[in-house]
Amino acid sequence: MAWAAGALLATTLVVSACGGDYPQSTLDPSADFGERIDALYRTIFWWALGVFVVVEAALLFVILRYRERPGLAEPKHVHGSTLLEVAWTLAPAIVLVFIAVPTIRTIFETDGTPDAGALEIEVIGHQWWWEFRYPEFGITTANEMHVPRGRPVALSMTSADVIHSFWVPRLGGKRDVIPRRTTRLAFTPDSVGEFLGQCAEFCGTSHANMRFRFMVDGEDEFVAWVAQQQAPPVAAEALTGLAREGAELFANPAKLCFGCHMVDGVSPGVLGPNLTHVGSRSMIASGILPNTREGLARWIRDPVGEKPGSLMPKVPLTEQEIAALVAYLQSLE
Amino acid sequence: MATSLAHDTPLARDSLMARIWSWVTTTDHKRIGVLYGVTAFLLFLLGGLEALFIRLQLASSGNTLVSAEAYNELFTMHGTTMVFMAVMPLSAAFFNFVIPLQIGARDVAFPRLNAFSYWVFLLGSLFMNASFLVGAAPNAGWFGYANLTATQYSPGLNIDFWVLGLQILGIASIAAGINFIATIVNMRAPGLRMMRLPVFTWMALVTQFIIVTAFPVITVALVFLMFDRFFGTNFYSVAAGGDVLLWQHLFWLFGHPEVYILILPAMGIISDVIPTFSRKPLFGYAVVVYSGLLIGILGWGVWAHHMFQVGLGPVADSVFAATTMLIAVPTGVKIFNWIATMWGGKIRFTTAMLFAVGFIAMFIIGGLSGVMHSSPPADLQQTDTYFVVAHFHYVLFGGAMLGIFSGIYYWWPKVTGRLLSEPIGKTHFWLTIIGSNLTFFPMHFIGLLGMPRRIYTYDAALGLDTMNLVATVGAFIMGLGALVFLFNVWYSRKRGAVAGDNPWGGATLEWAIPSPPPVYNFTAIPEVRSRLPLWSKDGMTPLPETPREDIHVPGGSFWPVLAAVGIVLMAIGALIKVLPVVFGGGVLLIVSVYAWAFEPFEV
Repeated sequence: MAWAAGALLATTLVVSACGGDYPQSTLDPSADFGERIDALYRTIFWWALGVFVVVEAALLFVILRYRERPGLAEPKHVHGSTLLEVAWTLAPAIVLVFIAVPTIRTIFETDGTPDAGALEIEVIGHQWWWEFRYPEFGITTANEMHVPRGRPVALSMTSADVIHSFWVPRLGGKRDVIPRRTTRLAFTPDSVGEFLGQCAEFCGTSHANMRFRFMVDGEDEFVAWVAQQQAPPVAAEALTGLAREGAELFANPAKLCFGCHMVDGVSPGVLGPNLTHVGSRSMIASGILPNTREGLARWIRDPVGEKPGSLMPKVPLTEQEIAALVAYLQSLE
Repeated sequence: MATSLAHDTPLARDSLMARIWSWVTTTDHKRIGVLYGVTAFLLFLLGGLEALFIRLQLASSGNTLVSAEAYNELFTMHGTTMVFMAVMPLSAAFFNFVIPLQIGARDVAFPRLNAFSYWVFLLGSLFMNASFLVGAAPNAGWFGYANLTATQYSPGLNIDFWVLGLQILGIASIAAGINFIATIVNMRAPGLRMMRLPVFTWMALVTQFIIVTAFPVITVALVFLMFDRFFGTNFYSVAAGGDVLLWQHLFWLFGHPEVYILILPAMGIISDVIPTFSRKPLFGYAVVVYSGLLIGILGWGVWAHHMFQVGLGPVADSVFAATTMLIAVPTGVKIFNWIATMWGGKIRFTTAMLFAVGFIAMFIIGGLSGVMHSSPPADLQQTDTYFVVAHFHYVLFGGAMLGIFSGIYYWWPKVTGRLLSEPIGKTHFWLTIIGSNLTFFPMHFIGLLGMPRRIYTYDAALGLDTMNLVATVGAFIMGLGALVFLFNVWYSRKRGAVAGDNPWGGATLEWAIPSPPPVYNFTAIPEVRSRLPLWSKDGMTPLPETPREDIHVPGGSFWPVLAAVGIVLMAIGALIKVLPVVFGGGVLLIVSVYAWAFEPFEV
């Protein structure tokens, strides 16, 4: 069985070596936090692999060499050896020192203390979506976090309901998001791109659907994104046709939208994601549907069907009304 | 009910009802062991079935075989079942059957308390699984983190079943723990000093101490939760200033020692199996015993390694990383001693031995991945992913369950008088080894490549479909292995070779008596003069062919069963919120215990 495991190890290592196709890989870090962990993990991995090979080889040797067969002498009744016991007590202890020292160094390097000049972002976990606030810019958004490349990021996180966990595998380790507590993460993303994140602490029915995107922008794109998010939402009066109809539906108390969703200057809701600039996001419903006409319509038609347990109810709407609301939401860029 | 030679087993001419009654009221540790074994194995199959549904759902991305709600119930009940209703009581089956035989005793210290433990376990398991029948199985994970378990976020009966069911099961474990400590400490045959005890009995003793100290901790945590849910207290209520991390500390303060409750008995089993089939005494007996003790003690100082991701701060993280790494030392020492036991031996690869060697090979992998996430920064990437699922299945399936299968093949002939088939057994072994590695090895990579645990669906974009499919195929190969085992059981009952007293040439006391043992176990209590009484010249006083006088053994009693029913009635009353049922159950419990205390036990 040792060799079976070894063969499996080898094949799977080969499989995992061809990276790039795994957008949530922890082995392909893109921020200092993830890189420090990855370096530490690789150190531990080689030590572990060495121990694995030595011990499984010893086991394999013994079961082959001493299997019962004709001519094998009757065993001597050996009861132990103090020297050996001391040796194999010390050996793992020494290996562990080589793991413990870099471990403790890395613990202190990655303890969430932000670097000077860090971009402060507040993370609030909700069942089952993410709220992101930028106090520096007065922006509130949901499920898509934008940061500029190279600037340190400092997250201070809490939860509005149960425990969640903020995890973007390619940027670094996860940190639980806990009601009535503030937890911190700090890292500096080093390359532009779109990184997938996901809640990692079981948080109820749709835990699997609590995803988000972490966008590392170039300096100019980030400035443009901030400006866009700071702008007031498009005014209902400026809209025409279907979108205008949608704006009116959105403001109609009977359709329930505005009780939960905020659009700056239009509606006060805070239970659901802020929709002021929902049109600028790539995904909706915490990363499970594309932000397209079809995606939005599917979501509004049956939120609980798309995301089991969703707190957004199925509101009775005609297809015409859904199309109007979709047009309005798409206009909120 | 004086039971002497003539009445050691129910006679064929006894009516079916009489035979059932004799099992229901039995206080014979061997029969209770069999009851534990059969019940726990059925629950193991149920937990396995839940695992197959989990694997089917995850066989491909975006699968819709089961709903999110059902999936959360499945993984919660899979974990809860395997930990509390399968592996622990399977170990208890061995404690019951084997310990009194290994220490030269006629029964456990408190035979009726022993029966009580079994019936509480059985009824508690039925209570917990009855939740499926009303469509409200527990669904917040086996770890049940606050405040997801609060009424606000889990309003249904699901968590009520869980919080009440685990308290019931805890009563069974604590009662049995006290019983076995009393048994092992007090009822050893003359000359059987502590350092002559078979290692299985030693590890069982360490396990019992962990049980009686760890279970009160989770009981406190559960009582808090029950009070929050039933009486509106605020132990874990965030709005009222409660702390959700209180639950995590209490749960893992129990939960990590629980890991050793699951693994130490299996380590004990293979510490008996390996010497027998290597035809050599255990290498470094004292070191193996002391390392087991050390694991039991160190196990209390590592709980926060389950909580690195909550952000306890760098100092706490460093301390708990160090204590966790330290536990690898006594564990490694055990592995080296097992290998050294086989070194220079003459190894017979019976099925029991194959499972024992399989334990070592798999446990090494689980141990090494454990060292990987003893390092908090690495753990921040690995925890709550499939990497950790891989890790603890190598420890708990590759370790505990392979050890238990080793024990089943080893002691089966002692229990039934017939051998399990070796060819069928070896088929079972290879299917299990291949299936489990195919299932659990890819999970290391599934986790490192970013798949969290406890998700009912995942996106095709993660690129993890193939590896998940491989894991699912492996799970079905393991399931096939379990069917082969069941066939072996049937085959052994029909055509199994008659075992004789000592089919394996074992060295410890249980092999000195007939298979199956008579109700009184030993015709006379032997005096033991060696750690390996059957391998040493003059290692024990010879046992007479027949007892020299009538032997009084414990009679049957129905009161422990009624006491157990009383406890479960209280839980049912709480569940349906009908106070008279709770009081009725309480009265039944008190009356039963009273009657039990005054019942003449030997006539």
